[in-house]
Amino acid sequence: MYVAVKGGERAIENAHSWLAEERRGDTAIPELTVEQIREQMKLAVNRVMAEGSLYDPDLAALAIKQARGDLIEAVFLIRAYRTTLPRFGATRAIDTGDMACIRRISATFKDAPGGQVLGPTFDYTHRLLDFKLAADGDVPEAPRATPRQEPTPHITGFLNREGLIQTEDASDETPPDLTREPMELPGSRALRLQALTRGDEGFVLGMAYSTQRGYARNHAFVGELRIGTVAVEMDIPELGFAIEIGEIEVTECETVNQFTGSKSEPAQFTRGYGLVFGQTERKAISMALVDRALRWRELGEDDMGAPAQDEEFVLYHSDNIQATGFLEHIKLPHYVDFQSELELVRRLRRDAESAQQEAAE
Amino acid sequence: MTEMTARKDWMSLLANAPPKALAALWDTRETPDFTWLRAPEIGAAMVRGRMGGTGAPFNMGEMTVTRCSLQLDGGAVGHAYVQGRDKAHAERAALVDALMQTDAADRVRAEVLDPLRADMTERAEARAARAAATKVEFFTLVRGED
Repeated sequence: MYVAVKGGERAIENAHSWLAEERRGDTAIPELTVEQIREQMKLAVNRVMAEGSLYDPDLAALAIKQARGDLIEAVFLIRAYRTTLPRFGATRAIDTGDMACIRRISATFKDAPGGQVLGPTFDYTHRLLDFKLAADGDVPEAPRATPRQEPTPHITGFLNREGLIQTEDASDETPPDLTREPMELPGSRALRLQALTRGDEGFVLGMAYSTQRGYARNHAFVGELRIGTVAVEMDIPELGFAIEIGEIEVTECETVNQFTGSKSEPAQFTRGYGLVFGQTERKAISMALVDRALRWRELGEDDMGAPAQDEEFVLYHSDNIQATGFLEHIKLPHYVDFQSELELVRRLRRDAESAQQEAAE
Repeated sequence: MTEMTARKDWMSLLANAPPKALAALWDTRETPDFTWLRAPEIGAAMVRGRMGGTGAPFNMGEMTVTRCSLQLDGGAVGHAYVQGRDKAHAERAALVDALMQTDAADRVRAEVLDPLRADMTERAEARAARAAATKVEFFTLVRGED
């Protein structure tokens, strides 16, 4: 049975007009500019770039404004825009060893070469509301010191020298791309890392936390966390050589995980890896923990049946746009579906009532 | 520096340059006559990272890039691939690339590229200097027992 579903056009149009008015809010208060969002809501911009899987701070700021601050809606807008862009190619892998670090800390080595550089962090703040921010925007200039000229070495490099940590074998194999081919499981680590780096921060954090609470515990230390800018190089066919096509800010986390050895591997430290667009350290640490948990098979560990070890569970539920698309569709008209459910329930009740009556007679 | 590395160097500088900074240095000049070989086009490049920083590559996500190609009336061909979605920026970058292959090279270098590089180095150093000021200087307290 079909039910005509027409007549909503005017209501929709009016709803969208009102949405625009609500987005603007009280007109007595100055309107936010995209530049203000980009500069002053930078961590929201970073999250939208990471989960939207497109590095462009101006676009992410625009999306946040359009979405009225709903970050998942903003990610949705970025993902939709992304599909309209022709792809010029893939870049060379970025060299995080050559990063201009604004933050670099290690929880495993106090005296790491290059030092512990705190950067613009919330750590050690008292998490007390600062009412000065409500009053004026003047900030004193941050102190400066002589900058480091040479690149900051990776911490895992030191453990590698002693052979105490599992090595990462370099290759130039073309990695799978889940935006181009449907995801096939079991996937490779490259596929998992791509899904995790664009995954929902809340979901990846929850999964990582579950491993810390004992669901496939993997004893992670933050070997190194670094934030900074890296150059992005791409081979340009018409030139015949590679040039830098830009510079991006990324957060990288390498965990060092205790590992007592398995049937196939000696006792040594193993690694989890997180690499995310922007200054996004909660996400990068979470990604590294979940990456490590998902590596149980290749390291010959036991399947504890934990959610964070279940590749299918993690990869199919980490994408907030897929999730919200399916979740939110149930609020759209389902009048016909529901009509048939209603008739079914009525019939079942009728049948049950008549059966009872028969039994009573 | 060979011709190729020199060109790679200036093209990289132009790609990374803030559009406003290049515009401020360029727009005082007269734009030379040229024809488009490829009009400015906005697209994306898939950025790759490496597992563990040094291992096999994986796809991280895309970044926006604008590219164009043009030919000066004198015959020099300029290309640009610049970060972001600013078509005018791509055009200026391609013009600089083309001019750098002509007699105007020395002037363009002195008036556009050198000041641009100085400006960008200054910004990068200002950030690095602030980071350096947040470096922890550990000191160990001598304990009482011998």
